[in-house]
Amino acid sequence: MERMLSLIAGMSILLMGLVLFNIRRAHIRVEYSVSWLGAAFVLLLLSQWEWGLMSFAQLIGLNDPPVVLLLIIGAVFLMVFFRFSVVISDLKDANIALTQKVAVLEYQLNRLHEKPQATDNER
Amino acid sequence: MIQPRGDNSLMILIPAFNEEGAVGSVIREIRSHHPDLPILVVDDCSADGTRSIAKRAGADVLSVPYHLGLGGCVQVGYRLAYDLGFEFVIRLDGDGQHDPRYITLLLGTLKSSGAQMVIGSRYIDGTGEHTSRARGIGILFFRWFLGLILAKKVHDPTSGYVGVNRQALEVFARSFPLEYPEIEALVVLKRLLFRFEEVPVKMRPRMAGKSTITAMRSFYYVAHVLLGVLVNILKYQGGRKT
Repeated sequence: MERMLSLIAGMSILLMGLVLFNIRRAHIRVEYSVSWLGAAFVLLLLSQWEWGLMSFAQLIGLNDPPVVLLLIIGAVFLMVFFRFSVVISDLKDANIALTQKVAVLEYQLNRLHEKPQATDNER
Repeated sequence: MIQPRGDNSLMILIPAFNEEGAVGSVIREIRSHHPDLPILVVDDCSADGTRSIAKRAGADVLSVPYHLGLGGCVQVGYRLAYDLGFEFVIRLDGDGQHDPRYITLLLGTLKSSGAQMVIGSRYIDGTGEHTSRARGIGILFFRWFLGLILAKKVHDPTSGYVGVNRQALEVFARSFPLEYPEIEALVVLKRLLFRFEEVPVKMRPRMAGKSTITAMRSFYYVAHVLLGVLVNILKYQGGRKT
């Protein structure tokens, strides 16, 4: 169990480092990094707080703390993924609205350009 | 630019994606029956010559910068028609399945019935012979399912040969189902206490191209539409609000 908790702690620190590195390189926006940093922090905390993990395991009726930790990891990442599904859906809606707006503006602009030409031809 | 003419202005809307084999004939056929009707083709970022062929055939073309899918394409057409002040819009497919001779019937029913939407149905008088088996089964299922929800029989819930008046145009310009929009649009109308009517039309085999709903995708289609319908039922507010 010790080895597994150490491995999870290491992975959490790695995840935090990766996220911070990507924020610094502007590959990920700060507001979208919060979920990942939060998830990594929760995992680090639980992996180092054995009493808390044991208590939680007893509370939900499981005698195996590593299984509980895996369950928590699954739950945390599901929440992060759900949050990103919401974000992606918002972005898609915004994209569609923008695309439609651009298409209409381009259509109107083309027509405006065509009008003077038509007038010139009439002369 | 297309402009509404008179009090009962009508615009023809043709969403098209890779329809170079048919869209020109469709436009010329509409022109032969209705020489002065404004026709708008919404080109859904086609990779072929749809845009240039539609322009040469005499339609106005609105091109979207990336592929939006049918619902997004139809919605932008509705949005432009609404902004320009059109009273009615009739939508035809760009593959030649919809016979433009029925435009007069759809428009007449829109005006006389007061319904917000009129559907050209291949199952009232016709037999729907130009429908694949998978689609036929889907139509039977949705006919039964929508009968329960709408408390009204719908003969052809997946028909894309549809006319709308300005009230429906206002709603659809703001919000329109993105994928497989026909069935969800009916539920949206019901939610707003709007009415729809069906008129008999005969449909033809497509002139070119293939249907996007393959046998495999039909399962996704059913699941997607059922979910969309469910979401619309959950949004029901019991009145004409949006």
